[in-house]
Amino acid sequence: MKIGAIAGITFKEAKRDRILYLLFFFAALGIVASRVLAILTVGDRVKIIKDVGLASISVFGVLMAILIGTGLVYKEIDKKTIFTLLSKPLHRAEFILGKFLGLVLTLFVMTLVMSLIFLAIVYAHTLKVEGALFVAVGYIFLELVLITAVAILFSSFSTPILSSLFALAFYLIGHLSWGLELILKKMAPGPGKSLVRALYTVLPDLENFNFKTEVVHGLPIPPGIYLSSFLYGVCYTAFILGLAVLVFRRRDFI
Amino acid sequence: MADAIRIDNLRKNFRLGFIPKTKPILKGISFSVRQGEIFGYLGPNGAGKTTTIKCLLGLIYPDAGTIEIFGRSHLSPHSRQSLGFLPENPYFYDYLTASEFLAFTADLFGLDRAEKDERTARLLKLVGLERAAGLPLRKFSRGMLQRVGLAQALINDPRLVVLDEPLGGMDPIGRKEIRDIIVRFKAEGKTVFFTSHILQDIEMICDRVAIIVGGRIVKEGGLRDLVSEKVLFTEVTVSGIPPQAFAGLGESVSAQADRVLLKVYDESRVEEVLALVREQKGRLVSLSPRTETLEDIFVETVTRA
Repeated sequence: MKIGAIAGITFKEAKRDRILYLLFFFAALGIVASRVLAILTVGDRVKIIKDVGLASISVFGVLMAILIGTGLVYKEIDKKTIFTLLSKPLHRAEFILGKFLGLVLTLFVMTLVMSLIFLAIVYAHTLKVEGALFVAVGYIFLELVLITAVAILFSSFSTPILSSLFALAFYLIGHLSWGLELILKKMAPGPGKSLVRALYTVLPDLENFNFKTEVVHGLPIPPGIYLSSFLYGVCYTAFILGLAVLVFRRRDFI
Repeated sequence: MADAIRIDNLRKNFRLGFIPKTKPILKGISFSVRQGEIFGYLGPNGAGKTTTIKCLLGLIYPDAGTIEIFGRSHLSPHSRQSLGFLPENPYFYDYLTASEFLAFTADLFGLDRAEKDERTARLLKLVGLERAAGLPLRKFSRGMLQRVGLAQALINDPRLVVLDEPLGGMDPIGRKEIRDIIVRFKAEGKTVFFTSHILQDIEMICDRVAIIVGGRIVKEGGLRDLVSEKVLFTEVTVSGIPPQAFAGLGESVSAQADRVLLKVYDESRVEEVLALVREQKGRLVSLSPRTETLEDIFVETVTRA
């Protein structure tokens, strides 16, 4: 109930943010522009539409999560609305979870609308509904949920600008860390390999949520990957939220 | 019966600056607020009043000491179930209307819909905002925000109300209304703990006060025990007599037109002044004995500390 109230107010606040609509405009533009790009391209036009469309949903969704998420907790502290909230019988963990769920709900609505535009354009070309596209969008959303948790973690102790940089770094590292896996395969056993393995274990691997290539090119996906990627997303999000709660619980609000 | 608030040896240091330097804010304060009383917490700017309140509400963790609310640890959410708080210079979500904001705070106490609607309507009426209930808070003046703040502090029908500068930003009529509401709390058996710079208001409604200076409680007690009823001096305004005529009887504070304002420190001399006025056919405009006020005590205490 209390978490729901905080989530509700966060949703109301997020949907008033102009950045949300600006990013949504560019995402929609990107999705629609995929149709133009397809016309200019030699080859399978539908693949271009799917590729650019899914990339637009992913990139602009991540920007929404970072740019709105990093200001959420900070604004409450900066404007001192937090004093009123935490003087009520509300656990600090409930506050963080409410903020998180409010933004996740906002991103769900935005992803849904972007996906509907995207699916409509794909449908106009193929005249069929492809289930694989839902899978790709679903995992993009799971990635957004994780990025939201990261944005809220940084927002609980840092300014929006720094938090945005940290969260963006997390996103970029997450999409490049799979390179370590390739290095690991080519390294000889030894302390160096152990170090790289430890690094790879600690760093996020957001490629776990990237099914775009397989879906666009119709490549087979082993069924076990779905579950492991899903569990990876849920556990990593829970871990980051746990960290955010720990940081937030220890804070003094001067 | 447990005290409404019991603070024992509370200490808090802040670490400020790029290279953190420890600055003690609260240096071991102790006091208690009894159930059902109005308690005024006074101090100059930066004395530690708001820090004490933030510690009480769990917004800041003390370095040492204990705080109890109705016999329970202040950090237990249960103790905050029976507490209402109005922050200084309140700022709320400005895109919500007053009704929406109160409904939101009611949700944080888990009130059901009927109770929420009833309390929202009743409190908006109590603070005189029923006509502005549907306006977004960004259109509210400072005084109106203060009223919304007071309403949200009462949404859970608290036993203890903590008010940080509740009279700041209010016009004289608003101040009187808020004072009346605070006095009504006492009649309803609620405990009120509040800070204010407006000492006349504190003097009018408080049962007990504590004065904090530099992070230490320097005076605490019942208002009647602190403020004596001894006459400090008598102010006499007389017309039609030159000020020189009162030489030796009192200190002439001002002489404008044919009026003279005298400060007579010795009570026995007041009769002599009156006799002189009768004798020289002057006119007595006013005569007022000045007893000690809370402001005198406050200024003296702060200056001495």
